[in-house]
Amino acid sequence: MVIMNMVQAINNALDIEMSKDENVVVLGEDVGKDGGVFRVTEGLWKKYGDNRVIDTPLAEAGIIATSIGMAVYGMKPIPEIQFDGFSILGLNQLINHASRIRNRTRGRYHVPMVVRIPYSGGIRALEHHGESPETYFVHTPGLKVVIPSSPYEAKGLLLSAIRDPDPVIYLEPKRVYRAIKEEVPEKDFTIPFGKANIVQEGNDITIISYGSMLRTVKQAIEKIKDKYSIELIDLRTLTPLDTDTIINSIKKTGRSVIIHEAQRKLGMASEIITRINEKALLNLKAPIKRITGYDVIYPLMKLENSYLPSINRIIKGIEETMNF
Amino acid sequence: MDNYKTKFIPPEIFQILKDDGKINSKEIPDEKIIKKMYESMVYARISDDMIIKLQREGRCGTYASSLGEEATQVGSALALKQTDWMFPYFREIGSHIVREFPMNMYMLYWMGNEFGSKIPENINNFPMAVPVASQIPHATGVAMASKFKKDNNVVMCYLGDGATSEGDFHEGLNFAGVFNVPIVYICQNNQWAISVPLSKQTAAETIAQKAIAYGFEGVRVDGNDVFGVYKVVKDAVEKARNGKGPTLIECVTYRMSDHTTADDSKKYVPKKDLEFWKLKDPIIRLKKYMESKNIWNENNEKELIEKLTKKIKDEVKKAEEYPSPKIEDMFDFLYEKIPKELEEQKKEAMSGVE
Ligand SMILES: Cc1ncc(C[n+]2csc(CCOP(=O)(O)OP(=O)(O)O)c2C)c(N)n1
Ligand SMILES: [Mg+2]
Repeated sequence: MVIMNMVQAINNALDIEMSKDENVVVLGEDVGKDGGVFRVTEGLWKKYGDNRVIDTPLAEAGIIATSIGMAVYGMKPIPEIQFDGFSILGLNQLINHASRIRNRTRGRYHVPMVVRIPYSGGIRALEHHGESPETYFVHTPGLKVVIPSSPYEAKGLLLSAIRDPDPVIYLEPKRVYRAIKEEVPEKDFTIPFGKANIVQEGNDITIISYGSMLRTVKQAIEKIKDKYSIELIDLRTLTPLDTDTIINSIKKTGRSVIIHEAQRKLGMASEIITRINEKALLNLKAPIKRITGYDVIYPLMKLENSYLPSINRIIKGIEETMNF
Repeated sequence: MDNYKTKFIPPEIFQILKDDGKINSKEIPDEKIIKKMYESMVYARISDDMIIKLQREGRCGTYASSLGEEATQVGSALALKQTDWMFPYFREIGSHIVREFPMNMYMLYWMGNEFGSKIPENINNFPMAVPVASQIPHATGVAMASKFKKDNNVVMCYLGDGATSEGDFHEGLNFAGVFNVPIVYICQNNQWAISVPLSKQTAAETIAQKAIAYGFEGVRVDGNDVFGVYKVVKDAVEKARNGKGPTLIECVTYRMSDHTTADDSKKYVPKKDLEFWKLKDPIIRLKKYMESKNIWNENNEKELIEKLTKKIKDEVKKAEEYPSPKIEDMFDFLYEKIPKELEEQKKEAMSGVE
């Protein structure tokens, strides 16, 4: 075990897989000599050279589309999109192509690639640099969507993603990049897709979150830990979504608050609430609450704290659900 | 017999004002414009410096400096009329100064307040475009509208060298060629897109030559020569106004700063390149010229710096005293009229729990 932050954990996972499999290549804007704007690919260019760590022209659609081509040809491209807001330039290629190639060729071709995208706000960044676009990807059949919440999670989930035979969108909570340090095994290990993590067990209420918000949620829970017995679930993968873990927990607690940073309308919480409705409605003791970003444009720096779900908003949501 | 293959000779770099402050041609603007050029360029540099300082002190967010690119920005913007349109990306402090965009608003945007993008009614600028190249087809669309409405307004659209790789660049320029619209694209070729050098951005020798493929003219000019930039842009603007179509102007310059305040260019920019380009500084060059013509002296310089230093301080004060944005601002500008479902969220957001 070594202490790592998330940047180091992701870098370490990339390094492990690149040293094992020479079909794995990293490509994107500034990923080479510069090591990426968040330094996630630092040192890899030096170690693996120009043909494995590739600085591309400035074109997100091109980066994703050429990755699709490479993947079809048997390579394992790991494109990096520099910021969340610019992943939208690649949406056409993801929705219309990456997600469909296996299906439309009835399995003859497939697209084993991992699109890494720093996402989430709260770092005083510029316009289009604080978005949480997971719903677009989750809404697209054929894509898998992974969001780690800590360094340990990041490493295990990324190694699974690279070995996965299908296109994976891997969203990296940039606010967490250097905010959490924890013990991470140096060796190779994977965290399977479709298995949510029960971070802590409890009997009164089920708190569900993932990615960038998990840290804030933990801080909120810490403040009321003596008051309620709280179960905390980290979803880890949004597609595939682990319905069983959620339903089992709801059957036990009968109460839930779901927290995400993305806008509310058609956000992950709406899907989870629907599944609970379908499978455990009669177990509910209170309406399920969602604490999310508002249905507005992610604001510039001065207002971003008014947009982001805060510790106080989360505690208020839990209190209201408990006192319903 | 090999004329079934394309052959191409890349264009040369046009220049009037040489590195040493001497001139190549008699086609120089009159004294009033020269002084305006100088003042705007110096103000650009002083303001740029100030914003970087504010950023370091935590009083401003991430900022993209224009250091070294002042001649490209000022020379080009001066070729426009007030009613013409200007589409920036995010590295044109000099153009904003020429267009008389209030400096406090320019800063306000970088300070993270959306009101910095609320363009004053009498200024035909678009707000800055952070997504690279996204402004290009918008500018083309404005030029199409200007043509269809017979307004006789010209559009100027800025872009970086890196922007030429995006699909939006290709689509925007192709439309401009097809519809033969009144637009001038100013590419600030500062040789870098963050850490990626131009040689990795395109296999073409020049950016100007890309215009050929869209069926219009491309021009290459010394981007640190304010006279040269002014001349070629003025010609292109006039051409556009006369219905003769678009031009792509490649201003060859150099990014003398980090990409933004969040970048460390020491990692990838060769020091000797910076030393080489320092000798081509656009402001020093113009000052030398003005001194040699006896239209500028140390006294003028001192007065100007004093005046501009005071001016920028006033602008910082204005920007910092601008009221903080309010929670309701997130909701109130999304639609002309706020829908009921959103009104409910607005109430929730304003309920006091933050
Ligand atoms: C679509 C998009 N992709 C990536 C970025 C991140 N980014 C910001 S500026 C930049 C480089 C721009 O280079 P260039 O067009 O040459 O302009 P310069 O910054 O050199 O003036 C990049 C990659 C962005 N803002 N937009
Ligand atoms: Mg550039």
